[in-house]
Order: sequence, then structure tokens, then C-alpha cells
Amino acid sequence: MAHRAYVRVLVDVDEIGQVQPVKIYWEDGRCFEVDRLLDVRRAASTRAGGQGMRYTCRVRGRAVNLFEDEGRWFVEARDVPARR
Amino acid sequence: MRTILHSDLNNFYASVECVYDPSLRHRPMAVCGDPEARHGIVLAKNMLAKQAGVKTAEAIWQARQKCPDLVVVAPNHHRYLRFSRMIRQIYAEYTHKIEPFGMDEAWLDVSDHPMGGEAIANELRLRARQELGLTLSVGVSFNKVFAKLGSDMKKPDATTVISADNYRERVWPLPVGALLYVGPATRRKLAARNLRTIGDVARCAPETLRTALGKSGDMLWCYANGMDRSPVMELGESMPVKSVGNSMTTPEDMRSDPEARAVLLALSENVADRLRAKGLRGREVCLWVRDCELRSFTTQCRLRESTALASEIGRSAIQLFRCHYRWEKPIRSLGVSVSMLESEDSDVQLSIFGEADRVRRYELEGTLGEIRRRFGSTAIQRASILEGGYAATLGSVEACGTRFME
Ligand SMILES: [Mg+2]
Repeated sequence: MAHRAYVRVLVDVDEIGQVQPVKIYWEDGRCFEVDRLLDVRRAASTRAGGQGMRYTCRVRGRAVNLFEDEGRWFVEARDVPARR
Repeated sequence: MRTILHSDLNNFYASVECVYDPSLRHRPMAVCGDPEARHGIVLAKNMLAKQAGVKTAEAIWQARQKCPDLVVVAPNHHRYLRFSRMIRQIYAEYTHKIEPFGMDEAWLDVSDHPMGGEAIANELRLRARQELGLTLSVGVSFNKVFAKLGSDMKKPDATTVISADNYRERVWPLPVGALLYVGPATRRKLAARNLRTIGDVARCAPETLRTALGKSGDMLWCYANGMDRSPVMELGESMPVKSVGNSMTTPEDMRSDPEARAVLLALSENVADRLRAKGLRGREVCLWVRDCELRSFTTQCRLRESTALASEIGRSAIQLFRCHYRWEKPIRSLGVSVSMLESEDSDVQLSIFGEADRVRRYELEGTLGEIRRRFGSTAIQRASILEGGYAATLGSVEACGTRFME
């Protein structure tokens, strides 16, 4: 199981309102550049729960699902054993 | 021939909660109004709770007796509203003829769409699953009544087609209570004539039904025979609703304040339910009175704030009645309507005013309204209405499928 890890993000909004995530800040202070936006669609997160606009981003060669859920952003993070 | 879909989000409230906490899928859970109170009521439950025998509208303590592991979750109405809007946005990609029925159900007229009803139904289910994380049951038919019936037949996440070719095999064996608008009162009257299945009703002479049920007998006969022609009402921007009201003629003339009071409260509850279903609130309450000589008058009052609360609508209606009626004649009919409408933008707006109590009442009434919608208007009512003895009457008004004045 995974959980929703809410993150700070830097997004770019263009003239016609299209949103593009630029950077994702991890809670430990690390920052990940979004290399490329692969897909945008409304989706439910089957792994972590929650629902919103899903931005599939390429980050360091991997596809990462970044969700915008009512103004907050989360990524699907693998559960560390201690967490439910 | 038309193609009508009836689309129903399965276990709506409970499913939305499971979207946000997937672990709930594997435990019996129920969304309950007022979970702190022992007497909080089950609003919705997931499949596991259902299998354990938990029923909507029962008290939490009753549910726990059957299902000790039941996880109880408080409702998030703003979330349900959001999901309800999102599914309607999806519907709107296929047709503009959408008639919502509560937050989780809607009829869609897709006659003009080249994909065909069944394919659209399947696509809607797929999209609801992927985009919202919810499942849909969809009935596909050539009229609204059968489409609704179809969506009830197979749950969850299923498409049921009732066509002109198969309705006799699929629909007729079902108990007549499965038909929309057939409530307990109508069912009893039909049972007294040994009409138990939809087929019984379809095959009997229309006159028999008219004798048993009056004018609505004809309507029921048409429904059973697949002849419901009612259009899918387009709601929304294209057709602004000016007022929401309901009226009732009692079987015997009313002669006292308590009788009138009971009827006004019942009407107010019905109006509040429908306001809520449409996401509306209003600032003006209007009372309509017709006496036994069929003379009528209307009078109205403004409220300080717009409302969809049955208690507030009812209080105003009763106040108007007391101020304006002198009991010179017994009363034949009463009506209550609410106008000067505005759309309620979720419960958030209410809470801005810091009226915690009002918000709570709003949620409680939402709960009761939901139960009435699912189980008929007699399922839960204020004690004061029951005292008046009019609960059953109002129930049968609805059972006849009366379309209320708008
Ligand atoms: Mg439903």
C-alpha cells in the first residue's frame, strides 16, 4: 500500500491557464525537477487514495504521479512499515 | 425510439470515503450522521457492512449490534457535492439532457448520440472508475421508468439493458414495488387486488387500476407496459428554477390549527428535500391556502437569510398561516413554496457565518431527506407530522408520481 504524501510544488501557469509542475519539494528538503510532463487527466489514485487532476511527470527518468486534490498536491509514496 | 440511461453511483457516500481511505474497502464501514451521538443514523454503507446486515437509516448502535467491527465515518458533504458535480461533467460530454435525481442519480437522454446506449453506459462506468474511483450502475432503456429499474437490477458497476424486446422477460416478473413511484401505500392497494408483479399490473385492465388508484392507475399501467413518455428534464443553466413548492389536498377538510400545522410541516420537509437535491436555497416563503369553497389566497414573507432548512421553512409557513387565516371555513388544500432562490455553494458558505448549529441542522436534515428519498416520504418524519395523521397521505401523493409545481 501507498499513502498520500502531500508536497510543496512549484507550478507554471501559462496564459491560457494550463498548469505545468516544475519542481517537487520533498519533505526532507530535497528538490526534484520535473523533466517532462507525460500526461494530465482527472483520476483517482488507486494506490494511495484520493482523487484529483493527475499530472504524470518524468522525474529522474521515472514516471511519477502528482495529484492536485482541491488545491493541495500529493504524490503516491510507498508506506514505510511503521505507517498504516 | 428514445435511448434513456439511468446512472446511479453505488453506495455513493461510502464509496467517496473509500476513495480517500482505500483501507476502508476491506473493512465494514458506514457513513453516519452525528457519529458521536449514540443515535446517529447510518447514511450509507459499503458492501462489507451491507453483507453484515447494516441498513441505511438505522441507528449506529443497532448497526453495531449486527456488525461490531463497523467503522463509522462522519459525512463530508462538500466532497459528495464535488463528486456529484464531476460525474455530471462527465455525463455532459455525452448529452445536455441530464436530469439529476438526488446527488448520486441522473437520467440521461442519449437518443442523439451515435455511440448507442449500452456503449455509452459502459464508457461511463469505466470513466467513473478511473477518473473518480467510483462505480456506477447504469440502466439502459427506451423510457425513464425502465432505465431506473435497470440501474437497480445489477449492482455494483454494471450495465443492464431493458429493451423493447426483452422487457417482458426482464421486468414483468419483478415485484411491482420495484417500479418508480410505487410506494408502500400503492403496493398494499395493488396487493389487495392480487396484483403483485409488474407483469400483473401490465396485463390487467386499466379500469381495474383506475378503480384501485384513481388517475394514477392509468399512469402505472403505462409504466408497466413501457409506455412512459416523460422527457428527461434538462436542469441547469438553460432552465432556471424560479421557485420550489408543493401542495396537498387532504382527504378530509382540515378544521384545526394542529391539522394545518402537520400538513405545512410535511410540505416544508418535502420542499426542503427538493431544494437540497437541486443545491438551492431561497429567501422567500410563500403560503397558499384554499378553503372548502375553493377560494384561495397566497401570502409570503422574506427571511433574513436564504434557507433550505425544513424547520425554518415550516416555521415561516406556520407563522404566515396563523397571521392570515381566521378559520372562517375549513381548508381543502395547502401549499408551501420557496422562491428568490440562489445556489447553495456547498456547506462552506453556511459556516462562514459561524452558525455551527445551523450547519449541523442542515446536515441532519440532509440526512433525513436522503432517507426519505430512498425509502419513501413516510420513512422518517417529525413526530408532529405523524400526530396529524397525514404522513400516509403525503406518501401516496408521491407514490402517484405527482410532478410538483415548479
Ligand atoms: Mg446510489
